[in-house]
Amino acid sequence: MPILHVDNVSKSYGKHQILTNVNLTAETGQILGLIGPSGSGKTTLIKLIMGMDVPTTGVVEVLSKKVPNLDILRQIGYMAQSDALYQDLTGLENLSFFASMFLMNKSERKDRIAYVTRIVQLENAIQMKVSTYSGGMKRRLSLAIALIQNPEILILDEPTVGIDPELRKSIWQELSRLKTEEHKTIVVTTHVMDEADKCDMLTMIREGKVITTGTPHALKVEYEVSNLEEVFLKAEGVHRAH
Amino acid sequence: MRIRALIKRIALQLFRDKRTLALLFVAPLLILTLMHFLFTSNEVDSMLGVEGVSNEMLEQWKSNGLDVVTFPINSDVKKSILEHDLDGYLVVKGPTMTLTLENTDPSRSKGLRAKVQQALVGNLNGENSSEIKTNFVYGSEETTFFDVLSPILVGFFVFFFVFLISGIGLLRERMTGTLDRLLSTPIQRWEIVLGYLIGYGLFAIIQTIIVVTYSVNVLDMILVGSFWHVLVVNVLIALVALSLGILLSSFASSEFQMIQFIPLVIVPQVFFTGIIPVDGMPEWLQALSRLMPISYGSDALKSIMYKGYGLSDVISSLMVLIGFAILFILLNIVALKKHRKN
Ligand SMILES: Nc1ncnc2c1ncn2[C@@H]1O[C@H](COP(=O)(O)OP(=O)(O)OP(=O)(O)O)[C@@H](O)[C@H]1O
Ligand SMILES: [Mg+2]
Repeated sequence: MPILHVDNVSKSYGKHQILTNVNLTAETGQILGLIGPSGSGKTTLIKLIMGMDVPTTGVVEVLSKKVPNLDILRQIGYMAQSDALYQDLTGLENLSFFASMFLMNKSERKDRIAYVTRIVQLENAIQMKVSTYSGGMKRRLSLAIALIQNPEILILDEPTVGIDPELRKSIWQELSRLKTEEHKTIVVTTHVMDEADKCDMLTMIREGKVITTGTPHALKVEYEVSNLEEVFLKAEGVHRAH
Repeated sequence: MRIRALIKRIALQLFRDKRTLALLFVAPLLILTLMHFLFTSNEVDSMLGVEGVSNEMLEQWKSNGLDVVTFPINSDVKKSILEHDLDGYLVVKGPTMTLTLENTDPSRSKGLRAKVQQALVGNLNGENSSEIKTNFVYGSEETTFFDVLSPILVGFFVFFFVFLISGIGLLRERMTGTLDRLLSTPIQRWEIVLGYLIGYGLFAIIQTIIVVTYSVNVLDMILVGSFWHVLVVNVLIALVALSLGILLSSFASSEFQMIQFIPLVIVPQVFFTGIIPVDGMPEWLQALSRLMPISYGSDALKSIMYKGYGLSDVISSLMVLIGFAILFILLNIVALKKHRKN
C-alpha cells in the first residue's frame, strides 16, 4: 500500500501548463528522489502534495486520504525551498513556535527540540536570532522544524542547498537512519547527483512530465551508463527526440 | 493553545521592533500634541461669574478648579462680563440655570461650559445637567475646531496606526513564506485570524489607553463622558482597523503596495469623520459615508467625549462597528484559502 500516491495529476496556472499527467508513488520506508532541471515543476508538485494548491485534474493521496486534508499535515514534515523563518526570533523561539502548532506538551517539546537541534548541529546557535544566521544555518533550522513533530513523511525541497559537504553527509546519514530505523518515508528534490544516488527510487521530471522512474541502479542499467548524470542527460535526450 | 503560541510570537516580534512600537505608541501623541497647539490659543484659567448659587455649591466648584466670582442677584449680565473680564456668567433661578458665555475664544467657552456641566453633574447627580440654557455674548453655538476634532483624531489615529501595522505584519508573513509554512501545519485558518486579532489587539488596547490618557490629562481634551466608554469605542475601532488591515494586506504584494491603500482607504474616511458636516452633503455622499467604518466610530466618540453620552446612547454605532469587524474577519478566513485550500 503506497503511503503517497500522485495519480495522473496535471496543474496549470491560467494558460500555463506546469504539470502534465504526473504519476508518482512512494512506499513506506522509502527515500524518493525528484530530480529535474530548474523550472521543471518539482516545487509545484510538492505544493500539490502538501495541499497548498489543488491539481487542475487528478488526485493526490497521502496516507490513503485525499489531499488537501488537515489531519494528515500532522504526519508530514515540510521543508520549503526558500527558508520561511521568523528572522527576528531566535532559532529556539522558531522551533518552539512550530512545536506549539502540533500541540506538543512542554516536556515533549523540550525533548524534540533538543533532538532536532542535535541532528542539524545547531546547538551553539539556538539562542541567536535567525537574522544573524548564515545561509546554511537557516537551511539547517528549516530542516529541524520539518522534523519537529516526528512526522511519518518528510517532504524536503532541496534540503541541502548551501550546506557544506561534511554536514551534508551527516544529514544524509540521518535521513538514512530515519528511513531504516524509524521507517519514515522521505520525498526529496535535489540537483545533486550523488544525493540522487542515495535515494531508493528516482523520478525524473522535465517540463512538467515524468520522463523516467526507477531505482538508481535500474536506471543506470536501462540507459547503459555508469552514473546518474548521464542517465539524466540521456533520458532528456530521448525525451527531446520524441 | 495554537492561538496562544501565535499571540506570544506576535508580541515577541513587536517588542523587538522598537521602531514600530514607537510608531504605534508615540507617533499619535506627537501628532495630537501638535494639533492641540495648532488649534488652541493660550490657555488662561477661565473666570466664571455666578449669582443665586448656594455657598456649598460654590465651594465645590472652586475645588473642581473653577475660578468663581459671586455677584448680587439681578446684575446686568453682559455688563458684568465685559467690565470684569469674565469668560462666563451663570444665573441660577430656582430650577433654571442660564449660562452666558463671553465666547471670543470659542474653545475656551466650550471648556468652561463643559466644566460647569461636569460640576453640575457631580452636584446634582446628573439631574438638570442638560437643562442649562446657554447664551453667548459673542458668536453662537458654533463649535470650535479642536474640540470637535479631538475625539475624531483619537479614533482616527487608533484606526490608522493599527491598520498599517497589522496589515504590514501579516503582509511580511506572506512575503517571507512563513504564512505558507504556518499553513503547512494543522493550524485552522480561523485560528490564524484570531491569533492575529488578539495579538495585535493587545497592542491596540495599550495604544488606546496611552492616547486617551495623554489627550485628556496632558492636552486637556474635553472628556465629558466616561474614560472607559471611550476605551470601549476605541477598542472596537481598532478591531475594525485590524481586520481590515490584514484583509487588505492579502491584496498587496509588497509593503509599498500596502502604503498605497492609505490614499485609497484611509484618506476618504477622514472626510466622513464629521470634520465636514455630513448633513450638508449631497444624498449620494451621505450614502457613501454610511459605508465608512470610521464615521460610526467618530460619531460614538464625539457623543461620549463631547456630549457626555453613555455607551447605551451610541449602541447603534457600536453595533455597526461590530458588524464591520465580523464581516472583515469572515472575509479574512476566506482570503487565507489563497494559501491553503482547506
Ligand atoms: N503561482 C504560479 N503562477 C504561475 N506560474 C507558476 C507559479 N508557480 C510556479 N510557476 C511556474 O511553474 C514552473 C515550475 O516551477 P517550479 O517552482 O515548480 O520549478 P522547480 O522544478 O521547483 O524549479 P527549481 O529547481 O528551480 O526550484 C515555472 O515555470 C514557474 O514559472
Ligand atoms: Mg523548486
